[in-house]
Amino acid sequence: MALALASGAVSLSLLDVGQGLVDTVLGEAVNQNALIVGQIRLPRVLLATVMGATLAISGAAMQGLFRNPLADPSLIGVTAGASLGAALIIVTGGSLLQGYIGLSLVSAGAFVGGVIAVLFVYRLATSANGTSVATMLLAGIAITALSGSIGSLLEFFADNNMLRRISLWKMGGLDGANYPRLILASVVGGALLVALPRYAGALNALLLGESEARHLGIKVDRIKLALIIWVAVGVGTSVALVGTIAFVGLVVPHIVRMLAGPDHRYLMPASALAGALLLVVADALARVVVAPTELPVGVITTIVGVPFFISLLRNRHHYGMQ
Amino acid sequence: MNTLQLKGVCAAPWGQALLKDIAFTLQPGTVLGLAGPNGAGKSSLLQLIAGDIQPSTGQLTFCDRGLTEWPPQERAQRLAFLPQMSLLSFPYTVEEVVRLGRIPHSSGYQSDSDIVEQALDLTDTASLRHRLYTQLSGGEKQRTQLARIFAQILGQESLSGSLLLLDEPTSALDLAHQQLVLMATHQLAMRGCALVVVIHDLNLMASIADQILVLDNGCQVAYGSPEQVFTTTLFKEVFGVDVTVGHHPQEGYPMITPLRPTLL
Repeated sequence: MALALASGAVSLSLLDVGQGLVDTVLGEAVNQNALIVGQIRLPRVLLATVMGATLAISGAAMQGLFRNPLADPSLIGVTAGASLGAALIIVTGGSLLQGYIGLSLVSAGAFVGGVIAVLFVYRLATSANGTSVATMLLAGIAITALSGSIGSLLEFFADNNMLRRISLWKMGGLDGANYPRLILASVVGGALLVALPRYAGALNALLLGESEARHLGIKVDRIKLALIIWVAVGVGTSVALVGTIAFVGLVVPHIVRMLAGPDHRYLMPASALAGALLLVVADALARVVVAPTELPVGVITTIVGVPFFISLLRNRHHYGMQ
Repeated sequence: MNTLQLKGVCAAPWGQALLKDIAFTLQPGTVLGLAGPNGAGKSSLLQLIAGDIQPSTGQLTFCDRGLTEWPPQERAQRLAFLPQMSLLSFPYTVEEVVRLGRIPHSSGYQSDSDIVEQALDLTDTASLRHRLYTQLSGGEKQRTQLARIFAQILGQESLSGSLLLLDEPTSALDLAHQQLVLMATHQLAMRGCALVVVIHDLNLMASIADQILVLDNGCQVAYGSPEQVFTTTLFKEVFGVDVTVGHHPQEGYPMITPLRPTLL
């Protein structure tokens, strides 16, 4: 994290970073270094930490719930719904979208879109006999496709400027980091990091199968609903604040599971840590590779993660995955 | 106290009647065998007792209390179900799988470990404990799941008031392990645990069951001791097979031998 604070378009020594932090904490942020560290990089690195942890732990919970190591928070429609919500605001917002308020409006649109999509998917999959996880996956795919095509329709009618905003937003980025956003992210992320590990035992039982979990005394339907709501809020917030960051929710839990086993009591905290680390590193890279310009962080997480993931997949039999 | 009592139970979870007018009583320490052709409703009856299917009419009481009146966790401490198929495809170790059986209990890590040891010993899976479940053979997986079920209800010296539902617990096991599992179920029954078992090998079933219930098309067509139930007419009528009924040379329980239809 210290290294991530030090790297950027203006590179600072670790000593400068330390000095900048001290100045910020003491409220004497007057020199340039202190401003860079305290006002720009610190909230950004912390936001990356919180969002990386949120995405990864949500992914771990979804994979356990769906009993599918390839499940991802986007499977239940959060990401697509949020993208659509954001695109809708960008295209229809017009002159409202100037500056700070515009950014918050887009975020709010993304959050609302994500949560609506999940609620819709959940309603589709729930009948008198309970919630079918398989139906939910299919409904998630359908809603994702629907949101995607409505999104494309919006893009078709959008002008160049809007198109650029939409596609940049879709790639994800932490450049909007500031303290209000960090506080919101920390509240949601912190709640998620406290709440989700409490379901570790239930998720372990769910890996056996739903009726097996029920026979072990787990209130399966209640737990399913609770997990989906937590993940929708967590991922919805993250998409709203930093755009879609692919790959963290899918691959981090998978990698951790291969290295540490499927027990959710360890899997969830370890995924949160690894997700935070991946996003902080990816964001630091995004800032320095083509400095002074920045790459979208989602591109980096994918470029860094995929080769590692593929090498694990090739050796999967060592880890007991089929 | 009866561990399990069914009175006129019917079930039609998907509209069509799966089970019609089932009635029996199970005392602590007794073993009930369920027999019948494929699709007769044996697994459905087990699912009904486990609470997966709701009865449409009739009464189902577990330890003199309606099945749905039990708080889920309390019920799970004394009612365990081994399904026919296992969906587990995540690389838990054998010991971790067995430990999952302790989820309904809050008996502490040390006592859980002791019980997991007992369950591993009962099923001869102690030597597999560090192996990954996904890399086991079919029979080893079956024994691991069985150990998990045993771990779920073990704990007290007296198992009176506990119930095990086993759906084909020996289908993938070799002869030695079949005998081992039968011995284990017998031990649990001696300690007061009641069992409902589906086994397709009817000679194996006759060797452990105190009572046998025969299902055909969802109806209860025979219910009684192995001696009473295993008759040549029953096999002709329910299974459409000609058999002779003999006796085990040492134990004396009935043994059936199918007669081949004469080839013309």
